[in-house]
Amino acid sequence: MKNLLKGAGALLLALASSTALGQTVAITGGTVALGDGSEPIEGGTVVIRDGRIVAAGRGVAIPAGAQRVDATGKWVTPGIIAGFSRVGLVEVDAVNSTNDVSASNSPFGAAIDIVPAINPRATPIAINRAGGITRAVVAPGTSRSIFAGQGAVIDLGDDMKAVTRARAFQFVELGETGANEAGGSRASAHVLFRNALREARDLSRYSSSIGGGGGQREPSANDQRDFPLEEVPDNRLLSAGATRSDDVLLTRFDAAALVPVLLGRQLLLVHVERASDILQVLALKREFPRLRLVLVGASEGWTVARDIATAGVPVIANALNDLPSTFEQLAATQSNVARMKAAGINVALGMINDDEARQVRLARQQAGNLVAIGRVPGASGLSWGQALAAITSAPAEALGMGGELGSLRPGRRADVVVWDGDPFENSSVAEIVLIDGVQQPLENRQTKLRDRYRTPTEGAMPKAYDR
Amino acid sequence: MRLPLLTSVLSAALLSACTQKEPPKTANANAAPAAKPQPYSRDPFPSTYRRYAGAVTAITGATIFDGEGGRIDNGTVVLADGVVQAVGGADIAVPEGATRIDGTGKFVTPGIIDIHSHLGDYPSPSVEAHQDGNEVTGPVRPEVWAEHSVWPQDPGFTRALANGGVTSLHVLPGSANLFGGRGVTLKNVPGRTMQQMKFPGAPYSLKMACGENPKRVYGGRNQMPASRMANIALMRQTWARAAEYKRRWDKYERDGGEMPTRELANDTLRGVLAGEILVQNHCYRADEMANIMDMAKEFGYKVSAFHHAVESYKIADLLKAHGACSAMWADWYGFKMEAYDGVTENIPLVHTAGACAIVHSDDANGIQRLNQEAAKALAAGRRIGINIPDEIAWTWLSYNPAKALGIADRTGSLRQGKMADVTLWNGHPFSVYTRPERVWVDGALMYDSGDPRRRPVTDFELGQPGEGDVK
Repeated sequence: MKNLLKGAGALLLALASSTALGQTVAITGGTVALGDGSEPIEGGTVVIRDGRIVAAGRGVAIPAGAQRVDATGKWVTPGIIAGFSRVGLVEVDAVNSTNDVSASNSPFGAAIDIVPAINPRATPIAINRAGGITRAVVAPGTSRSIFAGQGAVIDLGDDMKAVTRARAFQFVELGETGANEAGGSRASAHVLFRNALREARDLSRYSSSIGGGGGQREPSANDQRDFPLEEVPDNRLLSAGATRSDDVLLTRFDAAALVPVLLGRQLLLVHVERASDILQVLALKREFPRLRLVLVGASEGWTVARDIATAGVPVIANALNDLPSTFEQLAATQSNVARMKAAGINVALGMINDDEARQVRLARQQAGNLVAIGRVPGASGLSWGQALAAITSAPAEALGMGGELGSLRPGRRADVVVWDGDPFENSSVAEIVLIDGVQQPLENRQTKLRDRYRTPTEGAMPKAYDR
Repeated sequence: MRLPLLTSVLSAALLSACTQKEPPKTANANAAPAAKPQPYSRDPFPSTYRRYAGAVTAITGATIFDGEGGRIDNGTVVLADGVVQAVGGADIAVPEGATRIDGTGKFVTPGIIDIHSHLGDYPSPSVEAHQDGNEVTGPVRPEVWAEHSVWPQDPGFTRALANGGVTSLHVLPGSANLFGGRGVTLKNVPGRTMQQMKFPGAPYSLKMACGENPKRVYGGRNQMPASRMANIALMRQTWARAAEYKRRWDKYERDGGEMPTRELANDTLRGVLAGEILVQNHCYRADEMANIMDMAKEFGYKVSAFHHAVESYKIADLLKAHGACSAMWADWYGFKMEAYDGVTENIPLVHTAGACAIVHSDDANGIQRLNQEAAKALAAGRRIGINIPDEIAWTWLSYNPAKALGIADRTGSLRQGKMADVTLWNGHPFSVYTRPERVWVDGALMYDSGDPRRRPVTDFELGQPGEGDVK
């Protein structure tokens, strides 16, 4: 009863469990899916060295001395990336003391940096890691401001260093939620947004006058190049010398936090669902041309897909929204993602719903459903390779990290999952999970509870002694 | 378990008229004759459901899961006159003139039955004006009936049909109250009125709830119950009063005399104690389910199913002994404290212990993929050596919920003479790549993926963006 995953045992033994640094590993014989949108390759090889992908595909040379892992009959994919989540911020949703998603009594909004709230030992990290999720985009939630604050990209590894990129983006609400937080209307939300960026602009002028602000480069609008560096707050903007006009609404911290957004050094993730709201967000670039936008939600995106594509703005969408659950999602359909993809938009899947903190492991089931719907007359589905990309390379690219994460192309971090079958299938399970080339434990509270209660009746001693 | 014969207001009135002409004889000839009893109607909102027109249909060459654990490869199902006419192998005769459907590579199952839904009561769009599922004005509200909150125009019904292959569903009040009110079983067909959807002859249920919700809602108002112990105390006090009410009314309906005061709340509870109304009990934790089962024994009723039941795997032996089903999600956990110990093996662990397992949704999205939820649970079970065949696992989706709703004699499996509530899947229904191709309710084709005209569009969605889309 102790080792229930016997099938995986042989494979687990094949990999040293401590560190992969300096070690070359070749995973051979499996069906390899690169995650870049291409279709799976049977009998492929994945070579990993120093925590990075060296090569993947068919006919890949296996370096001498490489440790081999036979994945014959298995599937090998990049680790899955939760394109939008609250993983690591929550232990139990309804237990407030364990839920750090939003701060309803905080005086701050945009300045909030989610990093201090991330708990690498939150049980959803281990549970979702066992589900093949290796990275997650983690966003704070709004409560009293349209600005939620700055989110991060994290890994789900079994260690205390979770943060892959801190302050990867600012998250803002400009649909129904934003209207509510702006005092009751979308129009008010937009004024608040424009005012906030005006206050940021005043500070940024001070910033450039003192010659700085971390502007490592001048990104052109919405290029697909990666952001090379983490945004580092410029503390000089918080000093008394950084004068501001009397006519301000934002705290100094909040205004300073929006400077990198204004200058296009930090991504701006905007949650909107309704078609008209999407167009209003795209129009913000006329006033603030450097904004690097990513749409979150966009349930009605398919109805204005051409506009989104023309703007070159990526989308992180819910996969399976098909109900008019709000008046801003009247046109919701499971075909949304594939229709936007067909229009040329980079679409990633995210959890913009109640599954955000605990159930990002459902991403692969959702991806499979987007393939399935392609067989329904009148619906639009994704190819298998596109569906995998939507939960691997697409979120990485949307976050400006496609050169680093999300595929098995050379040079990417070696986040690799070996599955016992087609990873989208309800019957499949992750057998090996590597993060940065390091093999991860897949045990967690749930596997232990399961083992304890394999038979419900007690033996000679209470269940509490059975572990 | 059927409801007793329905006594309408009209027949009660006739009885009353008779009484005046011909006083009944009483045991004591000297006493004033007792007035003849006038039982109250058990069915004042009768179903007006009628089956829609359906062609004689034969599906051939398909794999059939019959819903009771049987599997037929290269099978034939014949539907006519609203019922299953025949189920069997390739040798089954196809009636002349029948619409033939080639089921090669496809699967036929009984339509899925969701025992836990709030469609109609918490409809889309989820606006304040639509929050009709919880009467949060008191912890004991057995007098409210979920059916009176059902909005037939909820678009969720159509998604459950077309994407979920759901042919019947049980709509329950929410779990804010210890006694939430009556639940209603619906056929998943569109209607102008709730009555047109109402499953004819299905027993009512009583929704009960233990645990966090009632004590949070009322404790937060400094009102009983503010603790789990008060949950039980208030439930027991309520049952004790209901038993007294039942004695009064039983006597009156037997012997006549002065009509006792009518209490709608106690009508529901009396129905439970009489075995006419089935208890559907929201409960997460193992220890609390054990308390509820003892309480049920104390007052002489049975819990038909525990709903959510994320810890059923810890007491599957006790649940089997009580005869209670567990209606469960596949993999939900951790959204509240009492859901902290959820495991994906819950359903197969309950099943393999010999207790009754049901897959439920409680969710307008989840109801569209109950087959996939079953598949995930089934696979998790197999990984720990619980090898349940696919066709047995299908009992979680149709027969077991039908049993726990008291309608298994009419639907929930493909047996000759039962309602032709059938889903044809375009592949193995436990695969992520599979969708319903056609869905019949009482033999009427209500959804056909190949025919946009066989796709219901609610009033709410008419004239809106996306009207009539595949969704």
